Amino acid sequence: MLKRTPLFEIHKKLGARMVEFGGWEMPVQYTGVIEEHRAVRNSAGLFDISHMGEIFVTGEHARDFVNLITTNDISKILDGQCQYAACCYEKGGVVDDVISYRFNPKKYLIIVNASNVDKDFEWFQKNKTAGVTLENKSSDYSLLALQGPKAQKILQPLVDYPLDKLVYYHFCETKMGGKPIILSRTGYTGEDGFEICGAWDDAPVFWELLMKEGASNGLQPIGLGARDTLRLEAAYSLYGHEIGETINPLEARLGWVVKLGSTTLDKSDFIGKKALQEIKASGIKRNLVGIEMVENGIPRQGYEVFSGERKIGVITSGTFSPTLNKAIGLALVESGFGAVGSELLVQVRRQKLRGQIVNLPFYKRK
Amino acid sequence: MPTYPKDLKYSKEHEWVKVEGKLAIIGVTDYAQDQLGDIVMVEIPGEGTAVTKDDAFGVLESVKSVSDVFAPVSGKVIEANDPLVDSPGIVNEDCYGEGWLVKVEMSRLSELETLMNAEQYEKFLSDQA
Repeated sequence: MLKRTPLFEIHKKLGARMVEFGGWEMPVQYTGVIEEHRAVRNSAGLFDISHMGEIFVTGEHARDFVNLITTNDISKILDGQCQYAACCYEKGGVVDDVISYRFNPKKYLIIVNASNVDKDFEWFQKNKTAGVTLENKSSDYSLLALQGPKAQKILQPLVDYPLDKLVYYHFCETKMGGKPIILSRTGYTGEDGFEICGAWDDAPVFWELLMKEGASNGLQPIGLGARDTLRLEAAYSLYGHEIGETINPLEARLGWVVKLGSTTLDKSDFIGKKALQEIKASGIKRNLVGIEMVENGIPRQGYEVFSGERKIGVITSGTFSPTLNKAIGLALVESGFGAVGSELLVQVRRQKLRGQIVNLPFYKRK
Repeated sequence: MPTYPKDLKYSKEHEWVKVEGKLAIIGVTDYAQDQLGDIVMVEIPGEGTAVTKDDAFGVLESVKSVSDVFAPVSGKVIEANDPLVDSPGIVNEDCYGEGWLVKVEMSRLSELETLMNAEQYEKFLSDQA
């Protein structure tokens, strides 16, 4: 039996097409992927992402624990800030990519991917240190994402907190419709936007308030289909595609969140640090690159990538980009073949089709 | 509501066939285009290609998925709807008209008897649901 979010009935009523994702029955589209994608780029979209996990880390040594299990340096952020990071295995592969919220030095919320909740929580427990309490609150909290250039305009009348003061990767505790929420300026689309974390049963209240307020601003409900095309244009990693147990964060363009300790001020040890230091010292073997197709074909996960006759890598994600009107993909290719502008070939069924390495992200908002 | 014109024949793989003598015009059904969602890539065989009933002869890609198109009859492609390569969305907009895929000169007319009429196809769809 697939799990359902508190908004399942609302999705059905809206005529959403439901699919299985990470053990959940989720809306993949309401009106159509391209239309929903464009709504987020041009006005705003509302996403139900309640399937994602919420794990609380509290206690005397909460900060040190978060630093132990994430690659970034959590001591660099203050109360009310969020931080993106990877969690790694000893060998450097990725357990998950997460966002940590600091309430105070003794309380953090870690948002994890839906398909990884149980695995992450077990991993955290296995590595738990003294003076730390871990709580998996994933079934107590819902999560909505409001994304797009009109997101702030739609949200502001519904919350007291002055949103001009809520800067990127910060959060506040406020209320919507009289219900408490954790409101962050974060997202997975490449647009301005917010993520709204509240009680599981309050999600329909938030959804209806936002949809009503957004009606005159072109707000549309957005399914997982457009969520994927939006994140891909913005070149954000998706677990199981760009990152995973066999792909380390240095290969996946996530070096900026991996603090290997080049200076004495950097954080202390984290799980996977030693392996990642060795990988960096011996040279990173492959790199994630962006590909724009020159010939008519769409790269898809698993398709092989060639330079001439030589196989140099594999596509990790690919789609038709509604914004660029072109087929695009991300690929892990051997180091030395990643220069922007170089041509390569993607094996699409029986044909090798030409593509070109381009700068990432594919899309950046103005 | 999806529609299924009475003058067409239908396959279990959701292709339609319009028969004009030995000629079969082939496309995908309203159900198929709706299930696929926004179609962004059409791959169809060129003129002269031999196709065999029940074998994949083309590919339709939506934003999220890749789907084979199966030949409802055997024969030789005498015309491909080339404008679809640049405007694949036509398949969504007009699957029984401008969105046709190929015209095939049939080699075995008896194969038509294995296809369904509109009524049978609609029943087939509702049985599957």
